[in-house]
Amino acid sequence: MTEKTQQELVQIDYAPPARDWMDPRIDFVARRGSWSYPGAAKNLRYLGFPNPRDWSPEDADWKLPPNWQQIIHDGLAERLGKYRSLKVFLDTCVRCGACADKCHFFLGSGDPKNMPVLRAELLRSVYRKDFTTAGRILGSIAGARELTPEVLKEWFYYFFQCTECRRCSVFCPYGIDTAEITMIARELLNLVGLNINWVIEPVANCDRTGNHLGIQPHTFKDNVDFLVDELADVTGVRVEPSINRKGAELLFVVPSADYFADPGIYTFMGYLLLFHYLGLDYTLSAYASEGGNFGLFTSHDTIKRLNYKIYHEARRLKVKWLLGGECGHMWRVMHQYMDTMNGPADFLEAPVSPVTGTRFEHAASTKMVHICEFTADLIRNGKLKLDKTRNDHRRVTFHDSCNPARAMGILEEPRIVLNAACNHVFEMPENTIREQTFCCGGGAGLGNDENLEMRLRGGLPRANAVRWVHEKHGVNLMACICAIDRATLTALVEYWVPEVGISGVHELLGNALVMPGEKPRTTDLRGLPLAGMEGVADV
Amino acid sequence: MLTFKHGTIEIVVDEDGFMQEPEKWNEDVAKALATTEGVEELTPDHWKLVHYLRNYFLQFGVAPMIRKLCKETGFDLKKVYALFPSGPAKGACKVAGLAKPTGCV
Repeated sequence: MTEKTQQELVQIDYAPPARDWMDPRIDFVARRGSWSYPGAAKNLRYLGFPNPRDWSPEDADWKLPPNWQQIIHDGLAERLGKYRSLKVFLDTCVRCGACADKCHFFLGSGDPKNMPVLRAELLRSVYRKDFTTAGRILGSIAGARELTPEVLKEWFYYFFQCTECRRCSVFCPYGIDTAEITMIARELLNLVGLNINWVIEPVANCDRTGNHLGIQPHTFKDNVDFLVDELADVTGVRVEPSINRKGAELLFVVPSADYFADPGIYTFMGYLLLFHYLGLDYTLSAYASEGGNFGLFTSHDTIKRLNYKIYHEARRLKVKWLLGGECGHMWRVMHQYMDTMNGPADFLEAPVSPVTGTRFEHAASTKMVHICEFTADLIRNGKLKLDKTRNDHRRVTFHDSCNPARAMGILEEPRIVLNAACNHVFEMPENTIREQTFCCGGGAGLGNDENLEMRLRGGLPRANAVRWVHEKHGVNLMACICAIDRATLTALVEYWVPEVGISGVHELLGNALVMPGEKPRTTDLRGLPLAGMEGVADV
Repeated sequence: MLTFKHGTIEIVVDEDGFMQEPEKWNEDVAKALATTEGVEELTPDHWKLVHYLRNYFLQFGVAPMIRKLCKETGFDLKKVYALFPSGPAKGACKVAGLAKPTGCV
């Protein structure tokens, strides 16, 4: 792929092409940089998923099963029966277009099939043909299309060009959840062996070792030990996390990138400092070692299969309740699916903060609390001694991660934490934050390198807001509460706004938290000098 | 299945040229893979990094944290990029025969 310059990327043509929208043809060779590599056969085999084989979207023959049309038809029929929401979403859209210019992929690409309405129409047209009387009789006049191999290829292209961020749903007068349409379309594609490796490999790894990265228990322990050593170097305090400890009060579940990748590891260090400060009776698990769940980007059955370990491990370790870290899509699963898929967790207790006595009523059923809720409650109750000046080298903005914001309503809590930990916090424009937040461009399994052009396009609306807050307020750091964000936003700002870095919220809390017995701090958790310490710090 | 050929070396790789059968790695394979990374000659510093990654991988089954890699080899990130222009994950790990990390990374 030839890399495009910024000037080339921002020449976005919003004039619709002359071609009829019903024409599905896509030139995958010409569109390199905007699709992802297919799921590797070894991963499909490991999972027992259909049709493992070697193939490429650039091949003419995608090696589908001979009866693939029947499989998709039966799969759609089954899902229409199972999920009433799907039928409602397919039937009620009046194509008003309120969603059209709300999608970051449309804004960044100008491709009309990235308008949520039209993306959904790709599936809806086949639904009309096979499942509605008007479509059966009137065909294309009624907006109905035959399911041809080209239509299936078009589904693959566009349903793996949606990050399931749900910004469009905020603006839909009917509340149609286009993410759910994408989820079903991906389920159907999976039935005939069409999926992407950036989703399927984490799913296979998760099934084998409990986490996306395939980290085994001894590696998990080694990584945690390393971060404990790093913390001791910076703070002079040796924290003592436990792993797989039976009888702890709570089990803490994080996204695996938090104990593997930059900059997530600094957020993880922040969590550990906080828990040590509180003397919290918690344990990590080397098996429930992933909050993220790429089943969400595969199928409902896969969500359930990967999520099972959370309650299972809570029961095995005999904890009372669950606390979860800064992960995005994890919370859509924990908040909206876990209880009905793998619950009821009636062997757990309704979560109560052991520090403040606050009862987290909203989590009485799932038994799982978000770390930002937990920490915001500590701050409200004055339980933390924080030295904000230790974040004075940072001018911070907050990126609302799609799922915590729109699927869970976590809007205030991270801001409470940030404002308690930092002196300089600035908001991006209001139509780009909170429930209207713009996606990072790489969620739902699209955060891979082969898809980089589409990520940079889809992330442009977010980057544009970052550029604004950087130029207006001198912001040099964007905090977020999602591991996908921490990975993909890093690449995004490096391209569009290189003056700005990316962090988690609890990294900044960790910088500010005044630990009993700590040594005078000269650096932050990354080893960067604090404001005024530039000459002193041992970097 | 994609095959990478260089001289007498013939190995199965993914779309980005990462080895699919890491047990078949040896120093000649590393030299061959290095040519795809624009590294014509592996210096002692290259080998130090490659062997560190290789041994870590054999012990732990994955790539190390980049911070750990820097600490234990004594190379800062700038030096790692100077050795392998596509960086620790895409360059050095590829030459050392590790798989590409996937997920939220």
